[in-house]
Amino acid sequence: MATHIASVYDEDLKYLSRRISEMGGLAEQMVAESVRALVNADLGLAQKVISDDVVLDDAERQIGEKAIVTIAKRQPMAADLREIMGSIRIAADLERVGDLGKNTAKRVIAVSSASLPRQLSRGIEHLAELTLMQLKEVLDVYASRSAEKAKAIRERDGEIDAIYTSLFRELLTYMMEDPRNITPCTHLLFCAKNIERIGDHATNIAETIYYMTTGAQPLGERPKDDSSNTVGALAT
Amino acid sequence: MNMMSEATLEKAVDQKMNAVPHKMIGKDVSVYYGEKRALFDVNLNIRENTVTALIGPSGCGKSTFLRTLNRMNDTIDHCKVTGKITLDGGDIYDPAIDVVELRARVGMVFQKPNPFPKSIYENVTYGPKIHGLARTKAELDAVVEQSLQKAGLWNEVKDRLHESGTGLSGGQQQRLCIARAVAVSPEVILMDEPCSALDPIATAKVEELIHELRANYTIVIVTHSMQQAARVSQRTAMFHLGNLVEENDTDKMFTNPDDQRTQDYIMGRFG
Repeated sequence: MATHIASVYDEDLKYLSRRISEMGGLAEQMVAESVRALVNADLGLAQKVISDDVVLDDAERQIGEKAIVTIAKRQPMAADLREIMGSIRIAADLERVGDLGKNTAKRVIAVSSASLPRQLSRGIEHLAELTLMQLKEVLDVYASRSAEKAKAIRERDGEIDAIYTSLFRELLTYMMEDPRNITPCTHLLFCAKNIERIGDHATNIAETIYYMTTGAQPLGERPKDDSSNTVGALAT
Repeated sequence: MNMMSEATLEKAVDQKMNAVPHKMIGKDVSVYYGEKRALFDVNLNIRENTVTALIGPSGCGKSTFLRTLNRMNDTIDHCKVTGKITLDGGDIYDPAIDVVELRARVGMVFQKPNPFPKSIYENVTYGPKIHGLARTKAELDAVVEQSLQKAGLWNEVKDRLHESGTGLSGGQQQRLCIARAVAVSPEVILMDEPCSALDPIATAKVEELIHELRANYTIVIVTHSMQQAARVSQRTAMFHLGNLVEENDTDKMFTNPDDQRTQDYIMGRFG
């Protein structure tokens, strides 16, 4: 796209996208570390994730403030306006991703005393891998602003939902087997839900990028394969 | 299901917008100043009771087009207009047309407030008098009050109607000019950058006025302020190098225009 006549305006917009990329990188790292801390019962790493969240919160506030000032000063139009509104939304999604990573990290302490069946943690790791890939790709798409790729990412969220549902079933089985599993398994259930929610935020970001680049909302419902809300009914 | 209802809604809104009758129709309008061609086959329809904003960089032809709508270009030597412009279906360039009467139907407000060096009262009654719209003192008084009310100026000037119009502030002068335009009961009001010489408060008052006038008049406004076009109009037309580049709903125009040139212009980018 052509550059602005006022070059400072371009710098304002560049600042926003640079900060978003930074936030994305940190959020990604927090999610990866929180899952590693969970699987390895690494309390030190969990603590690091918890303290990193402040940085992400600050970044979201700073992006919000910069966006407000830019709107007030420049009265952005069309693609510029969508770009700035998009920054605010994406920053909010990334901040939530950080919160969810932090929440997983907090649960490490509660879960670490119980020994996790290897199979369960593998399930969580797999869910996290897919979610992290989704997050990484959406951040790449943010850098490239490809509407096509944004749309493709959005359509893949169903996969994560399906794995989450199967994890849900599995955790339920462990709890039924032995009531002593209930506490750790409930925590794990929340962790799995956190990770699944991160996938939803990645999808939100993909939709925002689609809107930023095209000016149109992506049409149609997003794919949903999270049928965990009916699993209880099947179990009885 | 969701998609369907959205599409249906959009269609309904579209139909509603398209159902607004065209007050003026410009067909293949070209304007030449001597050898120089200023407008190239512009096709632009002006919807009734709608504010249409004309935007574009300096020299793009937007003011030229505006001036063709009440034959203001007639006063410029070597200016030639081709194509067809109609008002309620009647050709306004028909030789049988009385230009003075046309300009009563299609009034104009200029960039710089230009009240006559006469009293506020006489500024407003000048048009109705020459057009024979009001004869008695009572009739004239009524026109003055109504017009100044419509222009949102009545309360500020009612106690000094016989003081000079040029003694008012810039914003008040511009609203006096709008009252003067309104006094002859026009159907269309053309505004050529009506706020470019005004401060933000006076600008806001004129914009509020445009919003109110829309109920009874068809308004065409030329403005260099993108924000103003976005605020006051329902339709926006973008001109560039004498061509009509794009005409669209204002909401669409300022969030997601179809044409790259519109995009670059409204965002302040190099074309």
